[in-house]
Amino acid sequence: MDLEYGKQYEDYRVEVQEFCKKYKGVQFNDTAKIPLASNNKSGGPVMSRSDWQKILIENGYFARSIPKEYGGYGGDSDIIKSRITATEFSNQRIPGPMGGQGIDMLVPTLLELGTEEQKNKFIKPTLHGEMIWCQGYSEPNAGSDLASLQTKGELIDDKWIINGQKIWTSTAQYAQMMFCLVRTEPEASKHAGISYLLVPMDTPGLEIRPLVDMTLQAGFNEVFFTDVTIPGKNIVGKRGEGWAVANATLGHERGSLANPNATMNRLNMLINRMKKETIDGKKLIEIPMYRDRLLKIQGKIMAFQSHALRILSSKLNPGQDVKIGKMIQKLVGTELRHELEGLGIDIMGELGTLYEDSPYLRDGGSWQFTYMYYLGLIIGGGTNQIQKNIISERGLGLPREPKVQGV
Amino acid sequence: MYFGLSEEQTFFQDNVKKFLDDQAPLDVIRQITAEKNTSIQEEIRQGLTNLGLNALLIPEEYGGLGLDLLFAAAVSEGLGSGVAPIAYSGSYVMAPLAIIHGGSDAQKENYLTKIASNTVKFGIGLSEYIGAREDAKLIINGNKVNGKALFVIDADDASHFILSDDQGTMFIVDADDSGLEVIELTSIDKTRSYVEILLNNVTAEILDNTVKNNNAIEKTIDAGRIMLAADSVGAAQVMIDKSVEYAKERKQFGRVIGSFQAVKHMCAEMTAELEPCYAIVWHAAHCFDYIPEEARLLACQSKSHISEVTKMVAKKATEVHGGMGFTDLLGLHYWFKRIGMNRQLLGSPELVRDEAGKIQGF
Repeated sequence: MDLEYGKQYEDYRVEVQEFCKKYKGVQFNDTAKIPLASNNKSGGPVMSRSDWQKILIENGYFARSIPKEYGGYGGDSDIIKSRITATEFSNQRIPGPMGGQGIDMLVPTLLELGTEEQKNKFIKPTLHGEMIWCQGYSEPNAGSDLASLQTKGELIDDKWIINGQKIWTSTAQYAQMMFCLVRTEPEASKHAGISYLLVPMDTPGLEIRPLVDMTLQAGFNEVFFTDVTIPGKNIVGKRGEGWAVANATLGHERGSLANPNATMNRLNMLINRMKKETIDGKKLIEIPMYRDRLLKIQGKIMAFQSHALRILSSKLNPGQDVKIGKMIQKLVGTELRHELEGLGIDIMGELGTLYEDSPYLRDGGSWQFTYMYYLGLIIGGGTNQIQKNIISERGLGLPREPKVQGV
Repeated sequence: MYFGLSEEQTFFQDNVKKFLDDQAPLDVIRQITAEKNTSIQEEIRQGLTNLGLNALLIPEEYGGLGLDLLFAAAVSEGLGSGVAPIAYSGSYVMAPLAIIHGGSDAQKENYLTKIASNTVKFGIGLSEYIGAREDAKLIINGNKVNGKALFVIDADDASHFILSDDQGTMFIVDADDSGLEVIELTSIDKTRSYVEILLNNVTAEILDNTVKNNNAIEKTIDAGRIMLAADSVGAAQVMIDKSVEYAKERKQFGRVIGSFQAVKHMCAEMTAELEPCYAIVWHAAHCFDYIPEEARLLACQSKSHISEVTKMVAKKATEVHGGMGFTDLLGLHYWFKRIGMNRQLLGSPELVRDEAGKIQGF
């Protein structure tokens, strides 16, 4: 066991700290367009989100290992540096780079499987936050059983003509592009009949309808395709290879749904609130039944954080076996965060139910919002029941549920 | 940066496991727990002493191996997986650490060398400091002690005991002192022994550096809790492994039960909860030696969290085995009971969490 990063990394940390000082309080004049991006209202330099992305890339704080020709920093990927950057940014409340499905999922996919033309055309504007992407995977009848999707694509005169419907499409209303899975080989078996297509969102025949979720925000959309026609070259990988192409990116999504450091920050927020909040004039932190629940979840979060160190270590030390350790992250991380947010509500009792702009609102209603939001994440990104199938089948080697005859 | 057990630690742990697999399979465990102090148990003790278990934490200057607590935790995990019928956490982790942190130079010289050479063996009882039940209490008067100590661990074969009063002053008594009476307690966990000790004007050797501050007893208890947590992780992993194995073989409704989601999801849940337990207990053991400012909270939280997770595993693993899980025949209950015992020793989860709260100034 060695938890030291070494001197070169401590020097790097100082460098990042200098950067953070310089940009303390940075503000964006176009934040509203990008959902869930962190915002900071305490006077600092004002710029567009896209300019901020470029500054981060220039300094190697983002897109570190992506080649310069595609708009990246062009260095070696360095997990420890990324971790130090994230920690220092979080400590200094400096907004991190934009995420989203384009950056987190499409870019790695194109780097691995895209044509040279696709890489040149799409990666740079995506990294710079000038091209927002949405993901068109799920359909009303293809949720956990994603591979049964039915949105149809026909190649006619070197053009794809797409008909069908996608659902749970977050950020569709802001996006310029969608990467989606479409059934292009109706004769082939379920998994072999799918292709991975890139669709401009302003193509005629494409209609977006907002889908209001339980938080009362339109976090998702339904997207309808009626003879949506796109160039034949807008395919990643070959015809019928879409399932494999998509699987390369689903892994990226799962890891990012449950960040243990974000959960630890929320726990610290909860502790601070319990030190201030009172019932019958007594501080909540001093009431044994609340305190025990707090400490109980703290133990879980600490274990999950230690676990993240073990996963980090496995990336730095090839050969360290954490196969099952990785498989459990989405399940454990999302359940844990949901439970923590629920505790935030419980300790506040009736006050914990207040929402939107109510008087006596605590922390902007974020405990209720995140409690519900994480229920969405427990269901999304492969439901936690599907995660249990993955852990038991791929991790423990238990057999699959037999197929029901005649369905 | 490397987070995990080293090659040497894994190798040593594997040796412990292999030794137990060979020398203490289930029928041997069964025999030992039924008869107590059999010659076969003595052979197992001797074999593990030959591996160096008694000397792991003793500094080299006193004839020990001078290893760190993470090493000891790796061993404890191995012992838990084999429900090893031997003394360890008390005799070879807590007792040496109590002397290292609480003893004078002369006491260290005297006792540490003897633990390393296996010529003394300690039982240890700190329950009167952690939380006294039955109004048990020890009163120190000069070099004499009177009173009662409950749930003294690793007492079988002990030549000496380390006990504490409710203020955290630790002292050594000789098991042969005429004023000392040892009364056996019968617990669910028959793989290790637990006793009550009555002291009537017993001569005590106070550990010099435990009178003025509680640093030594806190270190001793932290280390003990980390060992028990690691032991439970090892035991729980075996319960999961046995469940998965059973679910792949047992057939009902014409298919193996492991193909039913009701069963396979229980296996996944156990795995998902247990996996981070390795990380927190290793982290706690590492910080114990190298990052002291984080050590106490991690020790408490690993003990209480792992107690909760392993209790869940013990229950679900038994359920996966159906009726067989409930039988003595299968013997799964040895692991169930080991976990149940570890949970209560050195502070049940609520007590330990309360302490974790105090450490953070809540």
